[in-house]
Amino acid sequence: MNPGIYKILAPLAGTFYRAPSPDDPAFAEVGQKIDTGDIVCIIESMKVFTELRTEQGGVVRNILVEDEDAVMRNQEIMEIEIS
Amino acid sequence: MFNKILIANRGEIAVRIVRACKEMDIKTVAVFSDADKESLHVKYADEAVNIGKPLSKKSYLNQDNIVRAAGETGAEAIHPGYGFLSENESFARVCEDNGLVFIGPSAESIAIAGNKSAARKTLIDLGVQVIPGGEGVISSKDEALNLAERVGYPVIIKASGGGGGRGMRIINDAPDLADGLRIASGEARAAFGNPDLYLEKYIEKPRHIEIQILGDNHGNYVHLGERECSIQKRYQKLIEESPSPFVDETLRRKMGETALLVARAIGYTNAGTMEFLVDKQKNFYFMEVNSRIQVEHPVTEMVTGIDLVQQQILIATGAELAFNQADIRQNGWAMECRINAEDPEENFMPSPGIIKQFILPGGPGVRVDTHIYEDYEVPPFYDSLICKLIVWGENRGMAIKRMQRALSEFWADGIKTTVPFHKKVFQNGRFIEGDINTHFLESIGNNL
Repeated sequence: MNPGIYKILAPLAGTFYRAPSPDDPAFAEVGQKIDTGDIVCIIESMKVFTELRTEQGGVVRNILVEDEDAVMRNQEIMEIEIS
Repeated sequence: MFNKILIANRGEIAVRIVRACKEMDIKTVAVFSDADKESLHVKYADEAVNIGKPLSKKSYLNQDNIVRAAGETGAEAIHPGYGFLSENESFARVCEDNGLVFIGPSAESIAIAGNKSAARKTLIDLGVQVIPGGEGVISSKDEALNLAERVGYPVIIKASGGGGGRGMRIINDAPDLADGLRIASGEARAAFGNPDLYLEKYIEKPRHIEIQILGDNHGNYVHLGERECSIQKRYQKLIEESPSPFVDETLRRKMGETALLVARAIGYTNAGTMEFLVDKQKNFYFMEVNSRIQVEHPVTEMVTGIDLVQQQILIATGAELAFNQADIRQNGWAMECRINAEDPEENFMPSPGIIKQFILPGGPGVRVDTHIYEDYEVPPFYDSLICKLIVWGENRGMAIKRMQRALSEFWADGIKTTVPFHKKVFQNGRFIEGDINTHFLESIGNNL
């Protein structure tokens, strides 16, 4: 357990999207610096889109799921190195 | 008559269509995604074909796979249900090109109904009152801002490609418009494969009242009276009833005539719904044509005794309507609760998962349309509707009593459902008196 790593969990089961639409750039890339409150991805569950915001600022170290993957509730989807 | 129909849908409506077919001695082909192998429509249909991965665009919106499944199974017609490809003109054309009958209006009618700006112009030319708004699809944020200034806030943005609250946002002020456009466009793209939006003035505290129509291929039309669908959350209908407590004989006749005027003008055939907003003074504004069977069709069936899905199939075979306007009677009162896999305690957050225990209501005057059963897993990939609970009573008061009783019998464990919410609405004094509008839920807030 690395105390400097913040893990973003899926708040509900659904489909993971890295970008607001297929034509738009991803919200976050590995290595990118993000601030607290930034949108990092969208989870679609039962046709409702939930924008997920990070509660910690830092650098994106890992994106653990692929775009359009199904995710379970509380599944780890991103690792942020807290800065 | 068709020998075999493919049902290009899932969930309760696919089950509903299988039932209609069975009663007409028509064989059925279900299609299903990887997430729906255990769904009831697959079990009830005579045959079932896997059409792809869980995401809608890879299965239920995949026209090639659906048409191929029809070819492989020898189906002669496709019933699209609601949602998915039901209002997709290109799919209606693809069916036709492949020698399959699309059970619904013609591709041309779908195109007119779906092209809100063209439909609007037709309506204005016919002298039908419409809501002030733009003439077409929003092409830029600035255009939307200018238009919103012109008609005045609040405004509403809606998806061109379909209804049901997806891709829809109410905007109270200019600073919220850009975000609203972005999110609505994303929802519209995912739900209908079409990100186009349009904008109009938002009429406050109206009632949502719609007219069900049927038209055959020989120019015969009837309307089957109204449904009131004013109980909505996030622009999604939750409770519907027929008749409406607000509609008298004069208003019913006027709205019915307007609905049929529009249907005739656009050459609309098969089952369809003309949606109106009705203000306190009983002015009614035409909203849109829904060129499909609707979720709430059972309340009309319960009061008219007409099976709308079977009528759709009969019309698609080229049959003439077997009744005329004078034959249509509204008998008693029907109400429907849409039971969704959502948590009413957590702002209606989606609640997919495995149903551990499931007990259905029954008894006199109760109808349940559902695809779920004990141990069924509600997938997160599709709509949250898991069950429609419909009751009939001799009058509104008796229908309310019966719905209260039916809701008390409903039991589902393992997932959250909107049943506790419905129980509260059916105890609310204003609701019981019929004092409702599309802002009913917002206006009573937490005082349910």
